[in-house]
Amino acid sequence: MAGYTPVTDPERAEMLAAIGVDSIEDLFAQIPADIRLDHPLDLEDGMSESEVYRLMAGLADTNLDTERIPSFLGAGMYDHYVPAIVEAIVGRSEFLTPYTPYQPEVSQGGLQVMFEFQTAMSEITGLPVSNAGLYEGPSAAASAAYLAMGQTKRTGLVASRGLHPHSRETLATHAVGFGATLTEVGLEGGLTSGEELEAAVTDETAAVFLQNPNFLGAVEDIAALGEAVKAKGALLIVQVDPMTLGILRPPGECGADIAYGEGQPLGNRLDFGGPSFGFFCARDEYLRKMPGRIAGETTDVDGRRGFVLTLQTREQHIRREKATSNICTAQALNALAGMIHLAWLGKQGFVELGALMARRTDHARRMIGGLDGYELLHDAPVVREFAVRSERAVEELLPLGDEADGPAPRLPVYPLGRDYPEYEDSFLVAITENRSVDEIGWLAHMLEHAQAGWGEHIHEHDHEGNPVTETAR
Amino acid sequence: MTEPTLTETPQQADRATTIYEKSVPGRRAAQLPPLGGGLEETPLEQLIPANLLRETPADLPEVSEPEIVRHYNRLSRRNFDLDTGFYPLGSCTMKYNPRLNERVAALPGHAKLHPATDPADAQGALQLMYLLQESLSEITGLPTVSLQPSAGSQGELAGLLLARAYHADQGRNPTKVLTPDTAHGTNPASVTMAGYEVVKVATDEQGGVDVEDLRDKIDDDVACLMLTNPNTLGVFDENIVEIAGLVHEAGGLLYYDGANLNAIMGQARPGDMGFDIVHVNLHKSFSQPHGGGGPGAGPIAVSERVDPFIPRPQVVRLEEGEEVFYDLDYDRPKSIGRLRGFQGNFGVFVRSLAYILSLGGDGLSEASQLAVLNANYLKKRLSEGRAGKYLPVAFDRHCMHEFVLSGAPMKKELGIKTLDLAKRLLDFGFHPPTVYFPLLVDEALMIEPVETEAKEHLDAFAEAIEKILEEAEGDRSVAQNAPYTTPVRRLDEVGATRKPKIRHQNRFAQ
Repeated sequence: MAGYTPVTDPERAEMLAAIGVDSIEDLFAQIPADIRLDHPLDLEDGMSESEVYRLMAGLADTNLDTERIPSFLGAGMYDHYVPAIVEAIVGRSEFLTPYTPYQPEVSQGGLQVMFEFQTAMSEITGLPVSNAGLYEGPSAAASAAYLAMGQTKRTGLVASRGLHPHSRETLATHAVGFGATLTEVGLEGGLTSGEELEAAVTDETAAVFLQNPNFLGAVEDIAALGEAVKAKGALLIVQVDPMTLGILRPPGECGADIAYGEGQPLGNRLDFGGPSFGFFCARDEYLRKMPGRIAGETTDVDGRRGFVLTLQTREQHIRREKATSNICTAQALNALAGMIHLAWLGKQGFVELGALMARRTDHARRMIGGLDGYELLHDAPVVREFAVRSERAVEELLPLGDEADGPAPRLPVYPLGRDYPEYEDSFLVAITENRSVDEIGWLAHMLEHAQAGWGEHIHEHDHEGNPVTETAR
Repeated sequence: MTEPTLTETPQQADRATTIYEKSVPGRRAAQLPPLGGGLEETPLEQLIPANLLRETPADLPEVSEPEIVRHYNRLSRRNFDLDTGFYPLGSCTMKYNPRLNERVAALPGHAKLHPATDPADAQGALQLMYLLQESLSEITGLPTVSLQPSAGSQGELAGLLLARAYHADQGRNPTKVLTPDTAHGTNPASVTMAGYEVVKVATDEQGGVDVEDLRDKIDDDVACLMLTNPNTLGVFDENIVEIAGLVHEAGGLLYYDGANLNAIMGQARPGDMGFDIVHVNLHKSFSQPHGGGGPGAGPIAVSERVDPFIPRPQVVRLEEGEEVFYDLDYDRPKSIGRLRGFQGNFGVFVRSLAYILSLGGDGLSEASQLAVLNANYLKKRLSEGRAGKYLPVAFDRHCMHEFVLSGAPMKKELGIKTLDLAKRLLDFGFHPPTVYFPLLVDEALMIEPVETEAKEHLDAFAEAIEKILEEAEGDRSVAQNAPYTTPVRRLDEVGATRKPKIRHQNRFAQ
């Protein structure tokens, strides 16, 4: 058993004597007897470090992670290459183990990281105000809705069906508490319907939520869609994939009032969905209504430059029930990982990565869209993710091999039927710099076999098992 | 960099410079893979309409890799951290963060697993989540656990939305939530976000809920009472069963803020006390590192009657003959829905399960015992000498895992405030306790020494307090102007708020 506790028996006796009790049990006498637990917890006894490691490694071993199969899964979280320096820096005790920087004199490292992070997020979104981070992407949508409702004193929320299904569901969950109504706007040719949007926005609309690129991977014309939103005095709120902002027009230049998103692509591991961070950027006028922590620059009594948590009168520990949000977590360590990744990519690398994804994605999309039994779900422009329709049912496509021979791993693409009954015949393919042109070829090859049925002969293979055909070249 | 002076430490002389100010045009770190496959570099305008493309690159830093590493290493040295010294921050449970947990969280099977992986290919991850659900269920004494909430505050909001769904299902729509005046600030903020009205309940002379005040305020318009037990004064509310009875009789639910769970693991369970909904801070009792302000996780445990409403998806264990399959269950028609993306902060679950397995049921129970022992010992040490004179304990009796001192006599007699004492502690190499909370104690200092701290650190902390008070008897200005040795000294927080400067002025410079 590893209690990580240093106390020895003699020390225990000494401490009890100092307190003036006979046993630790005496200290628990304040808990009424009828609710004292009268039996040991029904959990296994403690294990040694090596045993815990083996058990956890055994569990990890049964998961099909991205080192074992080229993954084309995306839907908001992406298999990017996380540079080695991220691990090295976020693993330092000085970043890993402190609490929230309540004592700024001994928290300048963390506070300055927040300041640098806020700057980076403002730069990539084109919006002048950023907080130090929120929990993750979809819940940041709820924070944006809360701000918009407070600002406009209206209760209507409108969301494009291209907004991430997790964000839409999170908005719906929170809308019950906020007293908001949520209306959805449909898609046409993969893009948010401008006509439906115009009809949905009324004088009661607090905010309109769009996503760019949207869940189907399509690049929206945010500025054009935003006109109808502005005309009614509602806030234009855009969920963005930060890794596409090297090449896409930033939301701040498209009229967005608020931009937020999932920060995982920036320096964070997939971790089966978290922890990561959410980012939240806005126009200047919303500075004092922002959710979450914000670091600001100031000076100390000797005139040295320093940083503090600022504008805290927005926050729950001061404003309590009138706070702009209940959130007191900035996901500081995850935001630090994001900041390091952005510094590593740098001004040039951030653009190059966007361009690399767009070009490989274009290649993958042409290749897969041209395979027998497949067609593109939409032909709108994309950056790093696209949707494909299959003649054969998607559920039947997924097992990588004939399951008569035993369970087969699943093809790592995202079945759209999970969230969109209308696209039950379609799936998403996501591309990062980690997915080489060869791996894209492998995916196309697998899709061909899956479409035809695993027993079918569809082409010759070379000695390495690669197809010798025209389509997969 | 400025030249060090005789009165500045090297850290102080190393003036803050941001990564943007270290940027030199043309420098870079990243080398990306080539496009590959003999593909041509199609101009972007041919792939995406020009009006949707970015014209000006984001003004990110241009820095070489060695410079990035040096920059953030230097910044790290400007932080105080738990691995360096005693961190008795009340209600934050700053316990040791085992490195084993970091190692197992980093295994590729955990760290590189995509959240949308088909459950058939993520059996280990789902089993891990299931084991954690089961463990937390046993520790809290409640049958169902949802791991989804991202932090304690999201757990609170989830709990209140559960209360709303539970009442609505019975055709009721109560509008009020009761919270004690000692409650953490997130409680009332969460109440508002869940669309409820906050009604404060007074605290009795024992630091518990004032049962008479509760009787006055409770009626069938109360959806829920939010409590933490032990409360923010470190006192166990002995009337909890009676309180639970009163709330349940009026049709309300009982919500347990698990911030103080570290006091009672294996000793008493919120479920047995009558609570319906509990959130657990995995970054407190279950050793997830705090990370300088996140990540954490705030799973919720609920009673049978609240079960149908928990967030979805839920990890379930299915058995068919010999075969066991772990799955994500979305088919929960009464669920309040999602609070966030995917399945929650899985990386935190890995660390917390590793911690629970390491300690086991017996070890968790002992951890709570030793946390309470340490707190009572330090409280005793601080009831002696000058601390006993200037810093009396609020609600003096045996405490649980933490206790609160009042700096009011110190302020009156020595002319130094709790803030001054806290700042002077920094010069002695200690992180100060939580200050000015709970609100009902004047000049409060809230101290939680946790079980992983050795006796000598508790003694050293008590001695530092004694020295600071002794020093203040002679010259109050020493504490009033502290700290002296930290990377920066007291900062102008008012100025920072008046004229906020929250980013380096790159693109938006006027």
